Amino acid sequence: MIPIILCIATGILAGFLVRNTGFVKYTGTLLTVVITLLFFFLGVSVGNNEQVVRNFASIGLDAFILTVGGTLGSLFCIKWIDDKFF
Amino acid sequence: MKQSLVYLLFFITGVALALNGLIPELLLGSDISKWVLFFLLFLVGMQIGSGKNMFAALKRYGWKITLIPLATTIGTFSGVALVSLLLPDRSLTDCLGVGAGFAYYSLSSILITEFRGAGLGTVALLANIMREFSVLILAPWMVKRFGKLAPISAGGATTMDTTLPIITKFSGTEYVTIALFHGMIIDFSVPLWVSFFLSL
Repeated sequence: MIPIILCIATGILAGFLVRNTGFVKYTGTLLTVVITLLFFFLGVSVGNNEQVVRNFASIGLDAFILTVGGTLGSLFCIKWIDDKFF
Repeated sequence: MKQSLVYLLFFITGVALALNGLIPELLLGSDISKWVLFFLLFLVGMQIGSGKNMFAALKRYGWKITLIPLATTIGTFSGVALVSLLLPDRSLTDCLGVGAGFAYYSLSSILITEFRGAGLGTVALLANIMREFSVLILAPWMVKRFGKLAPISAGGATTMDTTLPIITKFSGTEYVTIALFHGMIIDFSVPLWVSFFLSL
């Protein structure tokens, strides 16, 4: 967890320092390239993992259940906040 | 949308190459992906640090605006904790780690794969894609049933980019600043929550 926080914190500081330069325009593009590359690697590790390939249907169902829980939870909570404070 | 298709294409290419054994051993054993991940986190930080929208929203709405990302976080974790009872094979912290993706499927799935391997990483990928997709298709219903802040909360980290046009359309243009502020806060919290839950 420490290296993760360090990477983000250094990034925020660097971003703040260069916020008024032209360099900022390229961070979005660079981010897209890096994410695309990582998606390829993610695909490779999924394809190499026999467990994942064989259990894809049950993985999908688990994902669906977690999505329904998380999304509905946030909807009920925001409705309560909205009624109460806004 | 076009961007998501490019991601998907690269992901599927990776799966297909690996399934057919076409990936050289050299690439598999190395930890290149870990260093690329660190670089990715650095870039995410840079985007946050160079953003100017955050303080504008704070000035306009005051402290109350912070309640919105708070509601998203508490609501998501409570909901996930509840449904995790239906998934006895998965630990509560793994479920919360997936939920902490807040629809930011690229970052969360990559991070989780690094922590727990491709199994939970794939759960995170699918779950968070579904969450983003649910906003894209259900936003009108969310607004009607849960109020105008609902698609913002459901959209999680994506309310500053991919789901922003939908939110603007169904909640109204006056919600754009809120959506940007909300997206930025949640965006920032994703890697922190994910690594927190998975290191427990």
